[in-house]
Amino acid sequence: MVGASAAGLGTAEALRRKGYAGRLTVLGAEHRLPYDRPPLSKQVLSGAWEPERAGLRSRDALDALDAEFVLGDAAVSLDPEARAVRTAAGRTLRAEAVVLATGLRPRRLPGQDDVDGVHVLRTLDDAVALRGALERARRVVVVGNGVLGAEVAATAAASGARTSLVGLQPAPLSEQLGERVGGLVARLHARNGVRQYHGTGVEELVHEQARATGVRLPSGEVLPADVVVVAVGCTPATEWLATSGLRLDDGIVCDARCRAADGVYAVGDAARWYHEGLGAHVRLENRTNATTQAGAVAANLLGGDVAYAPVPYFWTDQFDVKIQVFGTPRPGAEVSFVEGDEEGGRFVAVYGGERTRAVYGGERTRAVHGGERPHAVLGWNMAKQARLHSRSLSTAGAAA
Amino acid sequence: MKLSVDEEKCCGAGQCVLIAPDVFDQREEDGIVVLLDADPPAELHEAVRESAEVCPAAAIRLGEDV
Repeated sequence: MVGASAAGLGTAEALRRKGYAGRLTVLGAEHRLPYDRPPLSKQVLSGAWEPERAGLRSRDALDALDAEFVLGDAAVSLDPEARAVRTAAGRTLRAEAVVLATGLRPRRLPGQDDVDGVHVLRTLDDAVALRGALERARRVVVVGNGVLGAEVAATAAASGARTSLVGLQPAPLSEQLGERVGGLVARLHARNGVRQYHGTGVEELVHEQARATGVRLPSGEVLPADVVVVAVGCTPATEWLATSGLRLDDGIVCDARCRAADGVYAVGDAARWYHEGLGAHVRLENRTNATTQAGAVAANLLGGDVAYAPVPYFWTDQFDVKIQVFGTPRPGAEVSFVEGDEEGGRFVAVYGGERTRAVYGGERTRAVHGGERPHAVLGWNMAKQARLHSRSLSTAGAAA
Repeated sequence: MKLSVDEEKCCGAGQCVLIAPDVFDQREEDGIVVLLDADPPAELHEAVRESAEVCPAAAIRLGEDV
């Protein structure tokens, strides 16, 4: 396993659970044992958790896994035919099979590395550094109004900093949730004091003596800040595979079995595999995919023939709202609220699927629809109900 | 097998309920995990182990002998 985060660890665990008794090596670029990333923008950033609590497994559980963790050493090249991985420290690791799980690297703004007070958030170290900066910050500007940017803005505002959120999307998370629910997220942020500038990029970072003092918008307006957080998306961390001969195209291109070459598989944020249910190559940047895909890869490594075709799922916490999304909302899709409502602060929204209505009955609750089947279900403080409704999704294959 | 869950870590994905519905449920009001059986019978251990591994919040802890 090249990569020691959720996807790499998950593959190792699934291999053991399915009975693999041979050697396992997990190579990680960071020095830390596997930790979880979703809490970094939430509990770790708010200070509610000590950083150690983000650890994915106890020391005992990792010992029981009987895998060798080679940490603090990044992979620098792969020879797929020899299944040999070379590392920055000069190691060469050979194996019968190699699993590529190197994840993502955050995008940066031009010049940001030369300016103090500008942060990205990807690693635990990033989160600890940003946490320290937020404790002293009076004014925070978050650049990027997707999932991570909006979560960071919520955490910063809740910790008392005067917070602005800027981004290209017309409303926060509107690309992920559609404009209607994105509008509700905007209202939620406004109610909690976040100043918002949507539908706009950033012209440049403003600084004095190499210390950030704000960001300039294309309109010329300057938003002052002592801390700037850049959350403008990520790119797959695949530079090290440039000479491997593997097909790289916004990720490691794989077949439906998550196979990139004979004996070489990819899993997690960096894998772009052929999803037979959707009829397209997809790459999912979310936590749940890391472990479910790991299970499919482990099965295939052990001689199985598993086409990986999940219903995508992610969640995000924004202030006191927990949002769960099953499937991928399409732009402009019809949205119907099938349980709860906006006013009550809890609802389930269904995307697509005309004439959708809910039939209630506890575990048997389901959406019934004529015509087109829904393609996504969203829960807003209604996690269990959203999961129950998600069983009607067309990509799940089962009839409602 | 002794099982425990960390409600504060739980993100309400409900993966555990799908895999081991005799062991886990979710609260109606916020989707947080409910442990139905902290000491499930042996035939459920495999499913419980899988639940713990795929839990996207690492909120399920397994006791000894698992």
